[in-house]
Amino acid sequence: MNLTPELVRLEAEARAAAIELGLDFPQVVFELVAADQLNMIAAYGGFPVRYPHWRFGMEFQRLQKQYEYGLGKIYELVINTDPCYAYLMNSNTLMEQKLVMAHVFGHADFFRNNMWFEPTDRRMVDVMANHGTRVRRHVDRQGSEKVEEFLDACLSLENLIDPMSLYVRRSVDEVRGPEMDEDRVAAGQVRRFPVQRRYMEPFINPREALEKERAELAEALKARRPFPAQPTQDVLEFLLRHAPLADWQVDCLDIVREEAYYFAPQAMTKIINEGWASFIHSRLMTTKLVAQGEIINYADKHSSTLATQPGRINPYRLGYNLFCDIEDRWNRGAHGREWRECDDYAKRRTWDTGAMKGLEKVFEVRRIHSDQSFLDAFLTHEFIERHELYIFGRDPRTGKRVILDKDPATVKPKLLNQFTNMGQPIIELVDANFENRGELYLRHIYEGTDLREDFARQTIRSLHTIWTRPVNLETAIEGKGVLWTFDGTEEHTRDLGPLRDPHLAGA
Amino acid sequence: MRRVDQDVNRFRRIVKGQIRKNLRKFVSHGEMLTRKGGKVVAVPLPEITLPRFTFGDRGGGGVGQGEGQPGDEVGQDPGEDEGEHPLEVDVSMEELAQILGEALELPHIEPRGQQNVETDTHRYRSIRRTGPRSLRHFKRTYKRALIRQIISGDYDADDPLVTPRREDERFRSFDITRVPESSAAILYMMDVSGSMGAEQKEIVRNAAFWLDAWIQSQYRNVATRYIVHDASAREVDRHSFFHLKESGGTKISSAYRLANDIIDKDYPPDQWNVYCFQFSDGDNWSGGDTALCLRLLEEELLPKSNQFAYGQVKSAYGSGQFKHDLDQKFDSEDLVTCEIQDRDAILDCLREFLRRGR
Repeated sequence: MNLTPELVRLEAEARAAAIELGLDFPQVVFELVAADQLNMIAAYGGFPVRYPHWRFGMEFQRLQKQYEYGLGKIYELVINTDPCYAYLMNSNTLMEQKLVMAHVFGHADFFRNNMWFEPTDRRMVDVMANHGTRVRRHVDRQGSEKVEEFLDACLSLENLIDPMSLYVRRSVDEVRGPEMDEDRVAAGQVRRFPVQRRYMEPFINPREALEKERAELAEALKARRPFPAQPTQDVLEFLLRHAPLADWQVDCLDIVREEAYYFAPQAMTKIINEGWASFIHSRLMTTKLVAQGEIINYADKHSSTLATQPGRINPYRLGYNLFCDIEDRWNRGAHGREWRECDDYAKRRTWDTGAMKGLEKVFEVRRIHSDQSFLDAFLTHEFIERHELYIFGRDPRTGKRVILDKDPATVKPKLLNQFTNMGQPIIELVDANFENRGELYLRHIYEGTDLREDFARQTIRSLHTIWTRPVNLETAIEGKGVLWTFDGTEEHTRDLGPLRDPHLAGA
Repeated sequence: MRRVDQDVNRFRRIVKGQIRKNLRKFVSHGEMLTRKGGKVVAVPLPEITLPRFTFGDRGGGGVGQGEGQPGDEVGQDPGEDEGEHPLEVDVSMEELAQILGEALELPHIEPRGQQNVETDTHRYRSIRRTGPRSLRHFKRTYKRALIRQIISGDYDADDPLVTPRREDERFRSFDITRVPESSAAILYMMDVSGSMGAEQKEIVRNAAFWLDAWIQSQYRNVATRYIVHDASAREVDRHSFFHLKESGGTKISSAYRLANDIIDKDYPPDQWNVYCFQFSDGDNWSGGDTALCLRLLEEELLPKSNQFAYGQVKSAYGSGQFKHDLDQKFDSEDLVTCEIQDRDAILDCLREFLRRGR
């Protein structure tokens, strides 16, 4: 903590206000940093102790240029640890610092209370530092080129994880039932030659030969066993266990996977997390913190944070407005069956049971929801109309991007679709012994949107680097199934015909 | 060195293709080094997007928010994906040259001759105790005042009020430095015969813009002259140089003659650093004229210029013979030649032209 005496005072004030509102957060350690330091921390995803990699350098340069040319600046950065570290840009005005501190308390409260963050390691700084040391050691031994090349391959597979596995137990045995004992089955299938005289038995059916045949049979049976037993989304874990990797490679892959899981809850809660922090800063600023002379500047800052660009969704705005809407509805008791079934517009608008449960409700919402369930539960059709959400797309005649539809009944599913699996395609590993040749077989669960082909082809190559045997990906282009394969030297494409599921083919 | 600098350096080296060559195909260059009217350019912002399984462009669609009715346009396409962020900002010519120099790893030019010609310049880089208010150095003044108050015990940390007095004030002031005066003349020659199309001219225009930028960053005075030729040569202004549409035959020697006359008349080589850049598609009238060209070069133009460079633009009609003739006759140290296949090759050509630092 290196705050100036004045900021220390403001911080105490903001903290007291936050606690009074009912927020519950770990100790927040504020650091005042200069622009280039903040950009650096941001480039490292909040952890300057991370392993060396060029992409952090790239991100740093981008942020620096953006800042230098006045195209954007970062006001604050807060990381999910305990104690919670928050960095404030030293060029912020006093009003901005107040706003940012209030915002940070919102995030800190969210990190601690939102259940999607429960499995995250709150001492990630140490973990990341360890990762850094480990990667540096591998670099020293193997050479930077080699390690970096392998890391790049791992990073291009970064999204092949199963984020939901953090919250549910995916037990293989339960689904599969008792395991078949191949050895016993094989023992029953071994053929003996008929023996007339008992003393001839060891010569006609020698023990070693029988043993060998049994082992071969068992092997063949095991080969027929599906592997993995069930399709898995956690491709990285499977590769960790089964790919022919050197120790240092296993370690690198493990690091990439662990960090991907650490960041997954943040990707799942962009809207609700930013929405909550904005809701909190707005509440704290307007009711407690802002001084009279600052109100115009505050309003200006706040609204520029919530500004929209055509063809984009601003997570701050959408989340903030949803929280405000929830608070208002629960204050008026405007929810539940009776309200939902009321079709008198005027009555709905002025609906008021005097319930005043708004604040209680928003605290509950911030505890249990991720973006997807948040939008699903609270994005009402009225909200979509009032806040002018729309679907846009390319006009086939002019080629320009135009608004296509504003009907809430189509906008909502489209938006939810965008937030499914954090906006990433769902890809699962189906078979690691495809055609009994040790080939990897992955399936893209096609839901109407094609993969970007050049990227997918390259990613298949990355998989091949790790698996070393041919890699297949089943996906679809415009509803027609295809199989993309890379066998180590060449790329192949095989048509799989129209998708069997008609509603997907037509989507 | 900060830790991040290592990663930045590594990234830069990948972008430049010095290491990890297999990553180069993922480098997106944005609108690197393109002029956008006036002095606005797109800042080069190379990015590398690691491929992963991701959705295609979703038919260019998605969900947005804001005013508008179905059918209304929703503004510009964003980059193809999050990886690309070309930024357009104002950059001065000086910065441009710096960017170019850094991108191409150009050496600074060492002017030849006229080391004895020096001029005085005024640079505001010293501090005085007197001066006009407009030049008051706020920070230094404040520091002096703070120091004085602390020494005299007037400073109260709880009420950090610092009031400068007359004697605390510091003002910016100038130093006189002597710098060698250097002047350069750039002569552009371009073939405007029928075989040079719009695309070829565009390439020349781009190349010339960057050559200008670089040389201007290296000299205090730069004069630029433009010569066009088909079967005969004449001098034109900048605008016509780039827009002239001519046709007819090609006689390169005519341009060389005119260039030589201009140098003799206006830019005596003992006082000027002369640069000649010639662009053509490589066709010449006859072998006899080529022989004449080679003689003119050897006897007149090469001895008089710092650098003579010939850029051969690829066109559908040009034979490209002239570059062969030049390469055969001259050492590449004396006369630089370069073939420009398409726009992407402009940078390589510039590097070739300027890397000798003359």
